[in-house]
Amino acid sequence: MERIAILQMGHFLLVTIQVDMHDHLAMTLQDDLTNRISKTSARGVLIDISALEIVDSFIGRILANIAKMSRILDAETVVVGMQPAVAITLVELGLSLKGIRTALNVEKGMALLRSSLGDSQGGSMDGDAEK
Amino acid sequence: MPKNEIISINSSSDVVLVRQAVRQFAVELAFSLINQTKIVTGASELARNTLEHGGGGTVNIEALDRGTRRGLRLTFEDSGPGIPDIELALKDGFTTGNGLGMGLSGTKRLVNEFEIVSRVGEGTRITITKWK
Repeated sequence: MERIAILQMGHFLLVTIQVDMHDHLAMTLQDDLTNRISKTSARGVLIDISALEIVDSFIGRILANIAKMSRILDAETVVVGMQPAVAITLVELGLSLKGIRTALNVEKGMALLRSSLGDSQGGSMDGDAEK
Repeated sequence: MPKNEIISINSSSDVVLVRQAVRQFAVELAFSLINQTKIVTGASELARNTLEHGGGGTVNIEALDRGTRRGLRLTFEDSGPGIPDIELALKDGFTTGNGLGMGLSGTKRLVNEFEIVSRVGEGTRITITKWK
């Protein structure tokens, strides 16, 4: 079955959405991410949507759900790389993506996750080495 | 470029096909990136509505050429249960499904013309037009 890959990097999970997702694929991603957070005790989730040409109300809802579920599982979600045309369209569509943290690119998103968890936690390849 | 294309909408992968076809028309009409994004997003919302509320249907994608004015018109048709209260369905936040209730009202804001005809028990036709 078609799936979107979830990469683990230290305490973080990284997802890059590179395809035009149909709704089932988006739901599968939501389920897979929730399971992976719980399995890996991840503290942060970074979702790169720079390749997404549109975000409609369904994808918006999936992103909001992921952020909510990860928060309940004690992980922060950051959505990065939204194209300007997508942002403009989202606002006119009436979606504000409330509750979703965003950053301009992967680097800034990672920095946001690290700072929100305190530097000791996140992202280093060998986990606890920075403590 | 063909003047129009009809696509049937019977699964969530058809919704993706509709998005891609609308994008192609918008690119060939030389729509700005923002207008491409708006019409493709609107198409996605309405294609999903056709699938989930209308039980499937079709979209007719038409390139319009009115002298100096060029545009894109999308007509979504289904023979589903119809919309009993269109005014209510067009309100922000109104939802019967699993979206955010922004589908119809939001799409209306993304396009220049929006027309909805619905008869309970017979079906729904929604036409949107975006001028370049």
